[in-house]
Amino acid sequence: MATLEINDLRVSVETENGSREILKGVDLTVKQGETHAIMGPNGSGKSTLAYSLAGHPKYTVTGGTVTLDGEDVLEMTVDERARAGVFLAMQYPVEVPGVSVSNFLRTSATAVRGEAPKLRLWVKEVKEAMERLQMDPAFAERNVNEGFSGGEKKRHEILQLELLKPKIAILDETDSGLDVDALRIVSEGVNRVRETGEVGTLLITHYTRILRYIKPDFVHVFANGRIAESGGAELADKLEAEGYESYVKGGATA
Amino acid sequence: MAEAQNIPVGSTTTGSIAVAAESTVATRMSAPPSFDVADFPVPHGREEEWRFTPLERLRGLHDGTAVANGTMKVQIDAPEGVTVESVERGDARVGRAGTPVDRVAAQAFSSFAKATVVTVPTETVLAEPIRIALHGEGGTTFGHTVFDVKPFAEAIIVIDHTGDGVRAANVDILVGDGAKVTFVSVQDWDDTAVHTSQHNALIGRDASFKSVVVTFGGDVVRIHPRVSYAGPGGEAEMLGLYFTDAGQHQEHRLLVTHDAPHCKSNVVYKGALQGDGAHAVWIGDVLIEKTAEGTDTYEMNRNLVLTDGARVDSVPNLEIETGEIVGAGHASATGRFDDEQLFYLQARGIPAGEARRLVVRGFFAELVQQIGVAETEERLIAKIEAELEASV
Repeated sequence: MATLEINDLRVSVETENGSREILKGVDLTVKQGETHAIMGPNGSGKSTLAYSLAGHPKYTVTGGTVTLDGEDVLEMTVDERARAGVFLAMQYPVEVPGVSVSNFLRTSATAVRGEAPKLRLWVKEVKEAMERLQMDPAFAERNVNEGFSGGEKKRHEILQLELLKPKIAILDETDSGLDVDALRIVSEGVNRVRETGEVGTLLITHYTRILRYIKPDFVHVFANGRIAESGGAELADKLEAEGYESYVKGGATA
Repeated sequence: MAEAQNIPVGSTTTGSIAVAAESTVATRMSAPPSFDVADFPVPHGREEEWRFTPLERLRGLHDGTAVANGTMKVQIDAPEGVTVESVERGDARVGRAGTPVDRVAAQAFSSFAKATVVTVPTETVLAEPIRIALHGEGGTTFGHTVFDVKPFAEAIIVIDHTGDGVRAANVDILVGDGAKVTFVSVQDWDDTAVHTSQHNALIGRDASFKSVVVTFGGDVVRIHPRVSYAGPGGEAEMLGLYFTDAGQHQEHRLLVTHDAPHCKSNVVYKGALQGDGAHAVWIGDVLIEKTAEGTDTYEMNRNLVLTDGARVDSVPNLEIETGEIVGAGHASATGRFDDEQLFYLQARGIPAGEARRLVVRGFFAELVQQIGVAETEERLIAKIEAELEASV
């Protein structure tokens, strides 16, 4: 069973005023089949955690370890992490001019699976996955994320999640900017992947809204660069009622 | 120079649509077209037509100091029925398709020894391309080549430039009434070569002409692909592809003169740039004269900047003297392949080198398919792969 283990992870970014520590010792273990919601106020470091796990060059790991089934993730390049089974659904997916969605998906699937998927099966697989996400087939011929609406971008991210079948899926504010219909479609996509029992999900969100569609096994409150409190799904209800105020204050005095 | 360096990578894109009583395309040149080099002042670099070009790297082609001291190995591969002649500059066919528009083209015209005239007879449909291989063996050479494709003939012409040297040339393409011509010019020089060339196509009534300009090599390459129409109903398709590496200057200056009614033109140029000091210049002028009613024209330039330190200047210019046209438009865009795009593709398991190839192949694919000359398409794809291979 795949396990992502994060131990005392410390991460800094370079700013104009020198290096600034954003993650201040994160401990978290995500196992295949589990869903962990990470909730927290803006600026608490949630997205930094997501991007650091994926290996974005902007973030410098200054301490701690991240392993996937004992393998050192921090030693891997960005593409090696993806091939090892770490998937990051991005909050702001990037436009890639000149590359069609269909070409991109096939190249990506080939890289992650280690061999090119058989063309006929692949075409069917993509078509069905797109139908489930209620995406227009013409979408496949557009350039990656170019001119996509917010909802289209997120569906495209979840389409990749369904096709690439990672061991660990990190969903960075996938719910942000979605209307209720799009949120439902995207959540259903995530749930289909979760129901296979083969993915560990790290659901990063600011709002509790998405948790009505995707039921987490664990909820962690993220504040001031670390996990401030962990609990079950009921913790989300408390956050819904009380907000993050007590954690922000606690962070400020810590 | 300080000003130039302050411009962000791949940034300068300006365009204009002018409705003018008098042509600014013509008036902003520093001298009217002429076959005599003495009619052009030596450029100092601030002239409109020279402001992007590094004159100091032209090896004297622009100031009269370049002398014909070089060797160019020429191999002409002409299918049956095609005639090849060597003629004097006084021959009526030489210079009929167009007149030199800058000092360098006039220098080439004034300096060549003999012109080559390649003729495809009336109604002859060639099964094989006419191939001309020019291999520079150092030094400066001047040339003039005329392709005289007679009415209703069909021909593919491929000129291939390789090796090293300084080359200034003019190429005339006379496209007879109802003829179909594809003209391909590949600049695959060594990185030390300097090449300037003016391509003049004169398109006959109901004829169609496709120009394909492919530039990979050279220290400085400056090409003027130009088209005008000898009668109504002509069509021009002008495709270009360049891959500009560190230190290279590749400049394409197009002019389509719509001087006959009911003609079409479509211009698509795409370039990728990588490395410090890579500089691509694209000037796309389209002039629709008063007589050219029913004109349909579109021009587009796209650039993909792959690394820091590269620069693009892209200037489309459309000038319209009659409102009685079908359509006229232009577009220019320069995009960057940046770290965020690389991260996104890598985060989907695609290694960095392959990510770059994916983007560049995708960028050029559609254009390559439009060329319609299999050997050129294959070579291009291989060349693009090689350029990318060298960069990672």
